[in-house]
Amino acid sequence: MATVTTPTPWFLRRPKAKKGIWSWVTTVDHKRIGILYGYTAFIFFILGGLEALLIRAQLATPEAQVVSADLYNQLFTTHGVTMIFLVVMPLGAAFFNYFIPLMIGARDVAFPRLNALSYWLFLFGGLFLYSSWLLGGAPDGGWFGYAPLTTGAEFLPGDHRLDFYALGIQILGVASIVASVNFIVTILNMRAPGMKLLKMPVFIWMSLVVNFLLLFAMPVIAVALFFMTFDRTFEALFFDPTGGGDPILWQHLFWLFGHPEVYILILPAMGIVSEILPTFSRKPLFGYSFVVFSGAAIGFMGWGVWAHHMFTVGLGPAANAAFAVSTMFIAVPTGVKIFNWMATMAGGSLQFKTPMLFAVGFIAMFIIGGLSGVTHSIVPHDAQQQDTYYIVAHFHYVLFGGAIIGLFGGLYYWFPKIYGRLMDERLGKIHFWMMLIGFNMTFGPFHILGLKGMPRRYYTYQAGLGWEMWNMLSTIGAFLIAASTLVFMHNWMKSKRKGEIAGPDPWDGRTLEWSIPSPPPEYNFAEIPTVTERDDFWHRKYKEDKKGRPVPVPTGGADAEDEQHAEVAHDEGHGIHMPSPSYYPLVAALGMPVMAYAVVLQSWTLGVIGGIIALAGFYGWVLEPATAEDH
Amino acid sequence: MHDAAITEAGAHPDDAHVTYTGLDNVKMAMWAFLGSECLFFGALISAHLLYRNRTGDGPTRHDVYDIPYTSVSSFVLLMSSLTMVLALAAIQRGDQRRLRIWLMATALLGASFIGGQFFEFTEFVHSGLTIQTSPFGSSFFVLTGFHGAHVTIGILMLLSMYTLSRLGKLPSTDASKVEMVGLYWHFVDIVWIVIFTVVYLFP
Repeated sequence: MATVTTPTPWFLRRPKAKKGIWSWVTTVDHKRIGILYGYTAFIFFILGGLEALLIRAQLATPEAQVVSADLYNQLFTTHGVTMIFLVVMPLGAAFFNYFIPLMIGARDVAFPRLNALSYWLFLFGGLFLYSSWLLGGAPDGGWFGYAPLTTGAEFLPGDHRLDFYALGIQILGVASIVASVNFIVTILNMRAPGMKLLKMPVFIWMSLVVNFLLLFAMPVIAVALFFMTFDRTFEALFFDPTGGGDPILWQHLFWLFGHPEVYILILPAMGIVSEILPTFSRKPLFGYSFVVFSGAAIGFMGWGVWAHHMFTVGLGPAANAAFAVSTMFIAVPTGVKIFNWMATMAGGSLQFKTPMLFAVGFIAMFIIGGLSGVTHSIVPHDAQQQDTYYIVAHFHYVLFGGAIIGLFGGLYYWFPKIYGRLMDERLGKIHFWMMLIGFNMTFGPFHILGLKGMPRRYYTYQAGLGWEMWNMLSTIGAFLIAASTLVFMHNWMKSKRKGEIAGPDPWDGRTLEWSIPSPPPEYNFAEIPTVTERDDFWHRKYKEDKKGRPVPVPTGGADAEDEQHAEVAHDEGHGIHMPSPSYYPLVAALGMPVMAYAVVLQSWTLGVIGGIIALAGFYGWVLEPATAEDH
Repeated sequence: MHDAAITEAGAHPDDAHVTYTGLDNVKMAMWAFLGSECLFFGALISAHLLYRNRTGDGPTRHDVYDIPYTSVSSFVLLMSSLTMVLALAAIQRGDQRRLRIWLMATALLGASFIGGQFFEFTEFVHSGLTIQTSPFGSSFFVLTGFHGAHVTIGILMLLSMYTLSRLGKLPSTDASKVEMVGLYWHFVDIVWIVIFTVVYLFP
C-alpha cells in the first residue's frame, strides 16, 4: 500500500458501490456470494424441474408424443446435468460460502476474490450449457456421456450438442477446483482460536471432506472431457475403437470422478442434517467422532468403488468381486451415520419445526435409497437392474430424497440467519408433506417399473406390459412435487418481507453463527470469538447438571451477551477492515466461455479474444490496489 | 484480535496476519492446487500408459523417440529449477539485480525447453505421427502438450515477475510471490521428470 506513489489508473481503481446491481457484480463478501449461488442454483432447479415434468408428461401414457424422440434425449440429458452440476453442487457451495466463515468464527473466506471467480465461472458455465438450446440443441448423450456414442461422428453427426456438454462441465469443474482450494484453506487456516479440528461443527467437517473430494475428483473428469473434446474437435483416437482407442477408458475416468461425485452431492446435506438434529433434539450429536470419522472414511473409500457402475461391462470376475466387496464396505460408515442420527433423536426433547421435518425426511428417504444401493453391489442382481428404472429409483432416492430434501432443510434452518425473519411454519409443513408424498409417488413406482423390466432413457413404451398405472402415478407425483415447490417459493418471498422477526438465535442453536445478529453484519464477528468447547455457543448458554441435562447459565446468558455484542459492534464496526470489491473476478471468468465458444465454432480468433480477456482479468487482479483509494 | 482483518492473496504483504495452522494462506492454497494437478497429470499419464503400444499402422515410440535429444532438453528444464532457487534467494536477500538475472535465466531455459518440444513435435509429425495417427499419438501429444502449456504459463508468470521488478514493484517483502511462482515451476519440472522416465525411458 505504502509503495504506491503514482495515482492508480481508472481501470485499476476498486469499485465502491455498496448498493444496487454493481455492488452485487463486484462483491467479494462471502455472504453475498452465497446468496448469488443459492438463487442461481434455484433458478436452475426450476429449469431442471421443468425438463423433468416434460419427461414425465411424455411417459405418462404409452406411445405418447408429447415431445419428439430427439427432444426427449436432450431433456433427460440436460435434466441430469442440470440437477447435478447446476443445482445440488452449487446449492452445497451456497451453504459453504455463507456458513463456513460464520460457523468457524471468521470474517470472510481466505480468498474473497477467488470466491467471486468461482461463482462467475459457475454462472457462465451454466449459461454456456443452456445456450446450446438456442444453438442447435442441448446435449443428448446422457449425463455420463458414454463413448463412443458421444465421440464418434457416425453416431451423432453434424451437431455441437456434446461439445457444449464437454466444455460446459469443464468450466464448471474449474469453478469447483477454485472453490475447493479456497474452502480447504479457509477451514484449516481461518478457524477462531481454540477451534481444534475435533471441535469443528460436523457441517464444517463434511464441507472439508467434500472440498477435498472436489479438489481430487474434478481434475480426473477434466482429463476425460479434454479427451472427448480432442476426439470430437481434432479427430484424436482416445475413445474410437475402430482406430484402436478404448471406449471403456471413458467409463473408468468418468466413474473415477463420478463416484466421489455422489459423495460430493450427499455429504453437504449430511452435514446440514447433523446440525439440525441436535438443535431440535436439544441434545449434542450422538457419537460426534464416529460421524466425523465415517465422513472422512467415506471420503477415502469413495475412491475405491467406481467400477460398480460398470458391472455389466465385462471387467472379469476378480474386478467385479473386489468392487462388490468395497461397495458393501462403504455402506458401513454410511450406516454408522444413520444410527448416530437416530440415537441423537432418542431421548431428546424433539421439536418438529420445519427444518427438523426435512432432516427426519432426509434420514427416512436416504435409508430407502441406501438399501436399494446395497442391492446394486451384488453383481448378478445388478446385472438384472442395469439400465432399468430401478437404478433411476435408487439415485433419485439418494439425490432427491437425500441431497435435495436435506438442502431444503438447511434453507429452512438458516433462513432466519440470512434474512433476520422466520419462515412461515404452516406453509413450511405443507411444503414438506406435499414434497414427501409427491416424491414417493414419483420415484417409489420406479422400483417396480425397473423390476418389471422398464429400461431407462427409452422414449416411449407399448401398452400391455403392466407399466401404465405406475407411470401415470409417477407423473402425478412429479406434478405434486412441482406444486410443493411453488408453495416453498411463495413462503420464501412472503417470509422475506413479512416474516416474524427472528432475532439472533431463534432455534436456541448450538454453533457460532447463532451468536451474531441476523442478518449478520458485513464483518460477521465484531470480536473474533474464542472457542473452548464443541458446540461452543450452546455451552455459553447452558451448563449440564449431574444427569447431563442442560441448565441455563443464570448470568451472562444469550440475551445479555447479544446486547454486549451489539454494543461492541457499534463501537468497533468501523475499524474492521474488509476486502474491497473487485471487477476482475468477473472479467477473468468471462474469458472461459469465450474460449469454449471458440472450440465449438473452431474459431482461432475467438480463442485469442477469450485468452486476452482472461489474461486481462488476471493481470488486473494482481495489479489492482488492495483497497479503494479514499478508504 | 485486530490483526484478524481479512487479507487476500498477496494483497497485504506487510500485514503479518496469523493463521490457525501458522501456515501462510497462499502457500497452503498453492499446495492444494498442486495436489489437484497431480491427479490431472496422473490421469493423463495413466491413459498414455494404456495406449503406448497401440500404434496401429503408425510409427511406434521406438521409431520416433530421440532419447539423447530429449535428455538434453530435460536437462535444460531441470537447470531452470536451479536458477529459480537462485532467484528466490536473491529477492530474499534484497538483491533486485540478481533476482532479475535469475528470473530471466529461468524463463529463457523454460523457453528453450518449449522450443525443443516444438521442434520435437515437428519431427514427429514429419515421421508420420500425429494426434490422429493412433491412440499412442493422441495420448502422447495431449500429455506432453498439456505439460508444455503448463511450462508456458510458468514462463508468463516469470516474465511478469521480471517486469514487476523492473518497475520497482516487487520489493523483498513480496518474496512470497516469487516463492509461489517457484513452487509451481518446480512442480512442473517434477512432472516432466515423471513424464521423461515413464513415457520416454521405460522400455
